[in-house]
Amino acid sequence: MLKSSFHNARSALPFILPALLLIVLFVFLPILFNLYYSMFRWSAFERNGVFVGLDYYVKLFQDPIFYTALKNNSLYAVISLLFQVGGGLVIAAILEEKVIRRWQPLFRTVFFLPAVISISVVGLMWQLLYNPEIGLINGALKAIGQTQWMHSWLGDSKTAIYAVVAVSQWQYTGYMTMLFLIAMHKIPGELYEAAMIDGANRLRTFFHITIPQLREMILVGSMITVIGAFKVFDEVYVMTFGGPGRSTEVLGTMLYRAAFRNDEMGYASTIGTAIFVITLGLSLLQMRLAKTGQEV
Amino acid sequence: MTAMQKIYRAAIWLWFAAYALCILYPLFWLAMNGFKSNRNFFLDPWGLPDKWLWKNYVSAWDAGVGQYFLNSAFVTVVSVLLVLVLGSMAAYGLSRFRFRGANLLLLIVVSGLMLAPQVSLISLYKMLQMIGLYNTRWALIVTYVAFQLPFSIFLMRSYFLSIPRELEESATIDGCSTWQVYWHIILPMGKPILASAALLTGMNVWNEFMFAMVFIEDSALRTIPVGLMNLRSQLNTDFGVQLAGLAISAIPMIVMFILFQKQFVRGMMAGSVKG
Repeated sequence: MLKSSFHNARSALPFILPALLLIVLFVFLPILFNLYYSMFRWSAFERNGVFVGLDYYVKLFQDPIFYTALKNNSLYAVISLLFQVGGGLVIAAILEEKVIRRWQPLFRTVFFLPAVISISVVGLMWQLLYNPEIGLINGALKAIGQTQWMHSWLGDSKTAIYAVVAVSQWQYTGYMTMLFLIAMHKIPGELYEAAMIDGANRLRTFFHITIPQLREMILVGSMITVIGAFKVFDEVYVMTFGGPGRSTEVLGTMLYRAAFRNDEMGYASTIGTAIFVITLGLSLLQMRLAKTGQEV
Repeated sequence: MTAMQKIYRAAIWLWFAAYALCILYPLFWLAMNGFKSNRNFFLDPWGLPDKWLWKNYVSAWDAGVGQYFLNSAFVTVVSVLLVLVLGSMAAYGLSRFRFRGANLLLLIVVSGLMLAPQVSLISLYKMLQMIGLYNTRWALIVTYVAFQLPFSIFLMRSYFLSIPRELEESATIDGCSTWQVYWHIILPMGKPILASAALLTGMNVWNEFMFAMVFIEDSALRTIPVGLMNLRSQLNTDFGVQLAGLAISAIPMIVMFILFQKQFVRGMMAGSVKG
């Protein structure tokens, strides 16, 4: 009786099917459609498009903005790895230290806070903070007497992308810190005690116990961060919409602009395919790395 | 404690205090400037308001934030409930049953985690138009639920795996059906992870921007993140009211997080147990 009902696909499927159906219909199917749509020239308002085959793919590789976007997405990935994964790990390790542990809930909460606020609030707020006349950043520079550093942060095509990337670090470093803290709570305390008895200092225990024990989490965190960097859209849209010039364009804003500003739905779908291929490649890499991680 | 240790400790405190300040001060600045008149804001963006204009918050609410707020609340509550119900059912199905193809189904669900929403944006836009959901709240609810389910299922499944099987076995011997096991054992015992999943889903849905912008045309149906962009162009000249609107939009999530963070952390700790 027991065996039959829990070993029977027919009794399991009613639980799984509704969710599975939604995921397949609204997450997977659109990806196939996207591929199909990328081979037609069509606009949002017409029923039938013109078949163009792979023309848009050729166009994409010749589009200089595509390379700007790739560069900006990669910049996002590298800086986020450094601050969110690297910084988050170090901060979490320090918060686990005995002397500061009492304060952990307070710091943890404060650091995590920006992650719960919507990107449009954060983006619009930072737009004002970056404002050359009334903003806090220039105000702070003035207050410490470094007026030569004052700058129109989002208005200059040289600094704009860094200003946008910085906001993401402000928003999400605490999130990664929280994930690391959660993973660290699972490391057996005896490991540290044994190391202490052997006379290892904190730095050594960090490198020889914390990091190896967190291997999996570090890997997962890095991949979430890198894949996330290629999905960036909201922060760029809200703060610069790809400008000034097209210096802050990322794949996400490029797609949106093609679809809903220029009404080139086919080209937008092609950009969608590019995002799909990149994120899929990174995900497969993650799965491979995760597997080898388990074997070690 | 040696002098060196003291220096290290002071440096760390200084660093953490500075970091905390970098987070809290801008938020405080935002809420405080929401009380200023435009003139006051431009002349003195740093100081406290000359006069605390509570009416800015009222004006922001009336200028649309109130409507956006209600739209967001509706979309979020319905999406969270659906994710909890459908997600916990699927997680139960994928954690307690052994059958051929179970691993394949799990793989399908979990690979949904990796897909970037942008890839589906254009085709979803078209699909929603075809099935008549475009420009309705359901356009958001359906897509949010579909995109939030994989992670919630993943989270809940690993938690359900840690619930001892003996409980179910004795329940089954007593004549409970699989549905009764789900209802009377899995759901009550899974409360911590349901809370975490609810909080994470709620956070993501409340803050979602891209779908909310593309799938809704009617300003009266907009959710907060997109509504704020409307507000910016509408209130271009009135910074006090605009900042008040931003503050109103940020507050609910901050309050929710502070209230529920214990459950959230506990659920996450238990949920990521390897399964």
